[in-house]
Amino acid sequence: MNVLPFQVVQNEPLLKARGVTIDYQSDRGTVRATHDVSFEVWRGDRFVLLGPSGCGKSTLLKAVGGFIAPRAGSLQLDGKPILKPGPDRIVVFQEFDQLPPWKTVKQNVMFPLLAGGTPKKEAEARAMDWLAKVGLAPFADAYPHTLSGGMKARVAIARALAMQPEILLMDEPFAALDALTRRRMQEELHALWEENPFTMLFVTHSIEEALVVGNRILLLSPHPGRVRAEINSHQFGLHSAGGAEFQATASRIHKLLFGEGAAHVEETLPAGRVVQS
Amino acid sequence: MSVNANLKWEPPVRPEYEVPLEARPAAAHGAGMPAAGVVAPVSPLQRLAQAGWLRKSILLLVIAALWEAMARWTDNDLLLPGFVQTAKALVEGTVSGELPGYIGVSLAVLLQGYLAGVAGAFLLTTLAISTRVGRDLLETLTAMFNPLPAIALLPVALLWFGLGKGSLIFVLMHSVMWPLALNTYAGFRSVPDTLRMAGRNYGLGNVRMVTQILIPAALPAILSGLKIGWAFAWRTLIAAELVFGTTSGKGGLGWYIFQSRNELFTDKVFAGLAAVILIGLLFENIVFQQVERLTVRRWGMQR
Repeated sequence: MNVLPFQVVQNEPLLKARGVTIDYQSDRGTVRATHDVSFEVWRGDRFVLLGPSGCGKSTLLKAVGGFIAPRAGSLQLDGKPILKPGPDRIVVFQEFDQLPPWKTVKQNVMFPLLAGGTPKKEAEARAMDWLAKVGLAPFADAYPHTLSGGMKARVAIARALAMQPEILLMDEPFAALDALTRRRMQEELHALWEENPFTMLFVTHSIEEALVVGNRILLLSPHPGRVRAEINSHQFGLHSAGGAEFQATASRIHKLLFGEGAAHVEETLPAGRVVQS
Repeated sequence: MSVNANLKWEPPVRPEYEVPLEARPAAAHGAGMPAAGVVAPVSPLQRLAQAGWLRKSILLLVIAALWEAMARWTDNDLLLPGFVQTAKALVEGTVSGELPGYIGVSLAVLLQGYLAGVAGAFLLTTLAISTRVGRDLLETLTAMFNPLPAIALLPVALLWFGLGKGSLIFVLMHSVMWPLALNTYAGFRSVPDTLRMAGRNYGLGNVRMVTQILIPAALPAILSGLKIGWAFAWRTLIAAELVFGTTSGKGGLGWYIFQSRNELFTDKVFAGLAAVILIGLLFENIVFQQVERLTVRRWGMQR
């Protein structure tokens, strides 16, 4: 398997997106999801894609996952172009049905390992190790439908991290959770990263979540998704939420995304611009 | 404080308070389940009322009693033998080995036709999920043949395969294949996108995608298709046997019913019908329910 990030310190970005333009087909014609988006993710980054709905952040993440091919531009992981989905880029989805319901918690974590050809014994040991890290070892033999939303999210994260991917792709993983659980998951994710640093690309539409979870934030404006700014947030953690600097950055992001004093303009805009029909 | 003039009563500001959390009650601690919180267990009477088999058995007993009363009131063995008489004929037929022989013949043919139908359905759905032509083919063929009663094909089958097992298997296959293919295909199509993407994410190939993601995820639909197919096959078989009777000297249950009617043993006709129903119930309750309990219900995909 691949080595842990930081053991080999390369002075090179891990993920390079160059002028990525993504179109998708809808009933109304071809819709542009993102336009000429470039960014770089370095090893150990907690890189956040932040923007309102319609800014193409999830589409961008799926392109990095290899599920969607960009119309123009290039996506490179470790110098190699991204052409199709692969186990070096494991996605944690928002939906709870990402866990096959016919597999127990442990089998769920083992599943991608076994699919990748890891011997059963080793897969089991690794699965139990990661389940213990997310605090779910007592539920190893439970079926997903008996778990709460937060526990399902933990299983998905354990499953992804057990694969030790080059980069972890998280597509609004906590958006379907209640506010209290979401806060706790952000905390736990941060603790996991401190303990065992990994590279992460995290999609969210919550400014607060972006500041708390990420160390660098790419702001995207909607219809179509274009880069608005790139902001550092490594100085913030859960403890700093509510602090003066935190608030100042949050309102700066708000202004960048929505313009001065225009908080709800985006709702009046059409859902997507048709570029060809 | 008169910001809201419409407010008639101003709620008073009450003192705040905090309560120290005590240890949880003993009942919630047991069994290691978090937040079990069972305050009162289910009483035995409630449990009995919840048992489906008991309620259904009582219902069956009532129906049997009504039937028996009706038969005694009519008092005509030739038209309507009672429950007791039918039961007696059923037991006698079973003990003498006559009925099990017929059932054996029927089941053997049924199983062959059923398996052929299942194989056909899986072939068709595999084509349908892998190619566009296959999908069009499945949609067109099921739209054409699903409404066509299998028994209507029997004359053609007799022409092609002669008076024997071949034509029976042909109509059975027809009765199983279309509903099963339709259900399986619908099941495959309703597999969540997230699950498919997760499968692709782990680098599963086409075959493993089908066996490890699509089939388990579509299992509720596949099982219901298998159940419908089973019932359709049973009806088709009995009807077909009624129409052309024996196959190479050995008759099935349908033939038994037909023959008993010719000889005016109405109780035996009823015993034959009862046997058909009993076997149907047996398969539904033992085979299919067990499979469901071990799979889709355990996984929380079906209640």
